[in-house]
Amino acid sequence: MDSNTVVSWPRMSENIDGFGLSPKKSDEVHVLAVDDSLVDRKVIEHLLKVLACKVTAVDSGLRALQLLGLLDDQKIPSETNDFVGLKVDLIITDYCMPGMTGYELLKKIKESSTFKETPVVIMSSENVLPRIDRCLEEGAEDFIVKPVKLSDVKRLKDYMTTKEVRGESQGREGIHKRKLLDTSDVSSSSSPPSISSSSLPSAPSVIDSPTRRLKMASTD
Amino acid sequence: MDVGQMQRQWIDYTKSLFLEGFLDGQFLQLQQLQDENNPDFVVEVVSLFFEDSERLLKDLTFALNQNGVDFKKVDAHVHQLKGSSSSIGAQRVKNACIAFRNFCEEQNTDACLRCLQQVKQEYCLVKNKLETLFGLEQQIVAAGGSIPTELSFSG
Repeated sequence: MDSNTVVSWPRMSENIDGFGLSPKKSDEVHVLAVDDSLVDRKVIEHLLKVLACKVTAVDSGLRALQLLGLLDDQKIPSETNDFVGLKVDLIITDYCMPGMTGYELLKKIKESSTFKETPVVIMSSENVLPRIDRCLEEGAEDFIVKPVKLSDVKRLKDYMTTKEVRGESQGREGIHKRKLLDTSDVSSSSSPPSISSSSLPSAPSVIDSPTRRLKMASTD
Repeated sequence: MDVGQMQRQWIDYTKSLFLEGFLDGQFLQLQQLQDENNPDFVVEVVSLFFEDSERLLKDLTFALNQNGVDFKKVDAHVHQLKGSSSSIGAQRVKNACIAFRNFCEEQNTDACLRCLQQVKQEYCLVKNKLETLFGLEQQIVAAGGSIPTELSFSG
C-alpha cells in the first residue's frame, strides 16, 4: 500500500455522500478522546494534534455519549447526518473513570447502529490481562497502557487510516465491499454482489492497490 | 551568562533531573512534542499537573483525617495522582503513589498517612525542580535563545 492511496481517500468523500456516510469536511481525522483526568486529556489532545488529527476531548463517558447522540433520550432514528451527532473516526477512552467506565462506554458504542463500526481504543494505567481481553472481546480495536506516548498514537493513526481505506469497503454499508467484489478477487467475503457497478459512483480510492484502482476507473 | 551557557545549564539541569529519578522518559516525550506551534506545551501540562495534584493532596489529607477512613475514596484519589504524575513523567511521585495504594488495600491508616507525607514531599521536590527548569527556560528565551531540543544522552 503506498501513501498516495491513503491520502487520496478523503478527497473522494463527496462521491459517497449519497450512501448516508457522513462527508468529511477536510482531510483530517477526527478523534473523540474521553478521559476524566485533565492532565491526560491535555496530553492525548496534543499527541493527536501533532499527528494532524482534529480532537474533541471530553471528561466522561456520559459526555461522550451525549456528543455522539447516543444517550437514551437522544435516540432518534434518522438517516440524516444532522441527528447523528459528531462525525468521529476514532474514539479513544480511558478505562477507569468515575460513573461510566471506558468498558461501559465501549459497549454502548458497539451497541449503537451509528457508531458500532467506529474503532474504539481503550487506555489504562493498569496492564491487566483479563481487562484487556474483556475490552478486545467487546470490540475494542486496541488497548494502550498509559502513559500514552507518541508512538502509541501514531500506531493508531496508521492502522485507522488503513482501516478506513479498507474499512469502508468491508464495513458500514457493505456497498463498497460488494463493489470490490465486482472488480477484484476479495476472497474473504461471502455476500454476493447485489449492486451493479454502474449504479455506484466510482470510489477508486477505497481500494488499496493500483491494479484495482485501474479496474475501478474503467467501470465509469 | 550568555545564551550558550544558559542552554548548557539547562541541559545539565534537565539531565540531573533524569539521573536523580525525578523525571522519566515520559517527560522527554512531552518535551519532544513541544514546538514553535506549541511553545508552552510542557509548561501548560505541568501547570495542570500542579493544580490537579494540589487538589488531590488536599482531598487525601481530608479523607485520611476522617474518623472512619473511606479507603476506596483514598485509593481513588491516589490512583488519579499516580495517573497524572505518570503522564508527565514525575517518576518519584508516581512511585510514591504506587506504594501508597498498597497500604490503601491493607486499609492501614497510619501507613497511609506516612505515604501521604512521602507523596507530598516528592511532589514538592519535583515542583521546585520543574519551576527551576522553567525559570531557566524563560531566561534563555528572554535572552533571545531557544530551548535545546536534544538532550543527547541515553535515558
